[in-house]
Amino acid sequence: MRIFESIQSHFIRRILLIIFTFGLTISGVFAMADPENTHEETEELNVGELIFEHVLDAHDWHILTWKGHHVSIPLPVILYSPGKGLEVFMSSQFHHGHSGYNGYKLEDGNIVAEDGSAFYDLSITKTVAAIMISILLLCVVLITVGNAYSRNKGQAPKGIQSVIEPLVIFIRDDIAKPSIGEDYFRYMPFLLTAFFFIWINNMMGLIPIFPGGANVTGNIAVTLVLALFTFVITAINTNKQYWIHLFNMPGVPWWLKFPIPLMPIIEIFGVFSKPFVLMLRLFANITAGHMIILVFVSMIFIFGNMNMWVGYGTAVVSTLFSAAMLLLEILVAFLQAYVFTLLSAIYFGMAKVEEHH
Amino acid sequence: MSILSILLDAANGYLGAGVGAGLAAIGAGIGIGKIGGSALEAMARQPEISNDLRGNMIVAAALVEGAVFFAIIICALIIFLT
Repeated sequence: MRIFESIQSHFIRRILLIIFTFGLTISGVFAMADPENTHEETEELNVGELIFEHVLDAHDWHILTWKGHHVSIPLPVILYSPGKGLEVFMSSQFHHGHSGYNGYKLEDGNIVAEDGSAFYDLSITKTVAAIMISILLLCVVLITVGNAYSRNKGQAPKGIQSVIEPLVIFIRDDIAKPSIGEDYFRYMPFLLTAFFFIWINNMMGLIPIFPGGANVTGNIAVTLVLALFTFVITAINTNKQYWIHLFNMPGVPWWLKFPIPLMPIIEIFGVFSKPFVLMLRLFANITAGHMIILVFVSMIFIFGNMNMWVGYGTAVVSTLFSAAMLLLEILVAFLQAYVFTLLSAIYFGMAKVEEHH
Repeated sequence: MSILSILLDAANGYLGAGVGAGLAAIGAGIGIGKIGGSALEAMARQPEISNDLRGNMIVAAALVEGAVFFAIIICALIIFLT
C-alpha cells in the first residue's frame, strides 16, 4: 500500500488499479480461448441446465460461448487425498468434462476420483475467486477511506469518505446502538464486515460479465459460514442469565418445564433456528433473484426456437422485465445486507440478559 | 389419459411443488399486502412520519419474504432433485 500511496496523483493511481485488476484477467481470457475444443456443442436448449449453470459453483469461470467455443478462465484445482497427497493443477486439464486427469474427472461440475477414493476438494472455484475479487475491491475502498481519516484528522470528509461515512454511521446509530446498547463497539467490526461483504457480493452477482456474475451470496456454503459466525459470536458472548432464561425461564409454569421440558425444547430450537433462517433468507433471496432474471432471458430463446419473430418480440418484453427485476434486485442487495446485519445485532443484544428481580 | 397424467405428476411430486409455490405466492401477497396496507393507513393519518414508516415497512417485508423464499426453495428442490 505504501508504494501505491507514494504515487501522489490520484488519477494515475486509479489508472494503475484498473490496469492491474483487469490486465491479469484479460490475459487469462485470451490464453484460454480453448483452441482444442473442436467439437461443436449442439444447440439443444436445456433451460434447467442453463439456469443451474449460472447459479451453481464451477471449476472454471465461463465467460461466453462463441460459436461453440467456450471462452472461460480456468481456475486452479487443489485436491488433497490421504493416499496421494496434495495435487494442484489447472481445471483446463479437464477440458470441460471431456477428459480425466491423474485419476480424477469432472462429473456434473463435481470432481470425482476414478477409483472412488476419498479426497478433499480445496480448489479455487468460481465462488472462491469471486470472493477474492470482492475482498480486493472492499479492501481498496475501505483501507483508502481509513487512511484518509488518519491523514486528514478533524477535517470534513471528502471524496469516497462521503459515501462510506454515512453508511458506517447508519450501521452504528441505527443498527448497533439500539440493538446492543452501550457495549456496541466490540461488535462493530463484525457488523460492518458482514454488511459490506454481503452488499458488495450481492451487487457483484448482478453484473452479468466478469468479474461480476458469480453467485457468491447465493451459495449456501457462504451464507452458512456467515450465519455460523453470528451463531458463534452470540453463543460466546452470553451471560449466565441467558442460559437460565433458556432452560428455566422465569414466569413460566413448572409443568411446562419439568416432566417434559416443552419450553426448553422450544427455546433450544429457537437458538438453532435463528441463525439457520438467517442463512436461508440471504441464500434464497439472492438465488431466487438470479433465477428470475435467468428465466426471463431463457424465455427469449425458448420462444425464439419456436419462431424467430416471436423470439424478437419476447426479447423486447423480457428485456424490460429483466431491467425492472434488476432494479428490484439492487434494492434487495442492500436490503438483505441490512437485514442480516440488523438481525445479527439483535441476536448479539439478546445474548446478554439482565436479571429482573 | 389426463387423469393418469395428473396422478403421475402427483406421484412425481411435481403437483405438490407447483401447488406449494402457488401457496407461497399467496402467503407473500397476503403478508406483504397487510404490511403495506397498514403502513399506508398510518402514513395517511400522519404524513410527517412517512420516512420512519417506510424503513420499518421494508424491514418487515424482508422478514416475511424470508419465510416465503424458504417455501419456494423447497419447491424448486423437489422439481430439480427428483
